[in-house]
Amino acid sequence: MKRPEPIQVIKQRRDAALRALVDGVPYVRFLGITFDRRGDELTGVLHFDPKLIGNPMLPALHGGVTAAFLEVTAIVTLSWAMLWDDLEAGRLDAEALTPETLPRLPKTIDFSVDYLRAGLPRDGYARARLNRSGRRYASVHVEAWQDNRDRLFAQATGHFLMPPPAA
Amino acid sequence: MTDDTDAATAEARARAAHQFIAALPHCRALSMKVEDVGAGEATISMPWAADIVGDPRTGVVHGGAVSALMDTTGGAAVLSHPTAPVSTATMDLRIDYMRAATPHQVITARAVCHHVTRSVAFVRAEAFDEDTDKGPVAVANGAFTLDRGRDGGGRAQ
Repeated sequence: MKRPEPIQVIKQRRDAALRALVDGVPYVRFLGITFDRRGDELTGVLHFDPKLIGNPMLPALHGGVTAAFLEVTAIVTLSWAMLWDDLEAGRLDAEALTPETLPRLPKTIDFSVDYLRAGLPRDGYARARLNRSGRRYASVHVEAWQDNRDRLFAQATGHFLMPPPAA
Repeated sequence: MTDDTDAATAEARARAAHQFIAALPHCRALSMKVEDVGAGEATISMPWAADIVGDPRTGVVHGGAVSALMDTTGGAAVLSHPTAPVSTATMDLRIDYMRAATPHQVITARAVCHHVTRSVAFVRAEAFDEDTDKGPVAVANGAFTLDRGRDGGGRAQ
């Protein structure tokens, strides 16, 4: 029987692939979004910055920032699920992955955001669930919260066009 | 109403819209600019920038930045409604992405607040790049909260 891989090898491969996926997108860096990984589960983290404020009176996060955070989390989670099998089977070399060699990202067809309460001027978290992930289309639900996982400040559902399979 | 007061109202509305955008840090970060404001209508532009790119291979702007523009324009359209609400917040916004915006082009969104109730405003919006003959980059429908202030009469006249 094949021996399991050393843990460092596994972590290094997965973290390198995630970095290539996330760091390659300028808008993700601009908003200050990073991803925490536990096994294959991703949590988007929106690091608070004054430039994310929409309403300076409250103050509250801009609704567009909230929408973008949800959309980024949906796309990264969907892309990550798409990469995972190839990555784990060794068909994809994580170390050689760059934003240029990465498979194309899914494209948003539509995105519907449900604003539940004002986003506070502090870090936010988001997790996406793939309702359905087909060959051509995917449906994704994503939820965002701040201090308390049970008190969402926004959620969204979107449909995505999957990239054509690599030639 | 005379032409003078119409002009004064329009000017006050435009001034309020410019102040509204200038006061929002995220709109400044995206260099949004108010192009036009009417009764329950607003047009806001956002220049292309390397920071808001979603696909580095093509330079196409991220959908999230288009969402931010749509959301801002929708809010501005609500605040410029003749019933003069004092504040608004997005409750629901659905965006359909028709096509990728052409890289290096300005994206301009126009929103219309087409119906208001005592506490809700309904908004439609469209976003175009400079190739307007290709049709909109994205369209949006939203519902916004409407706060008419304590006396229910909106801003002091």
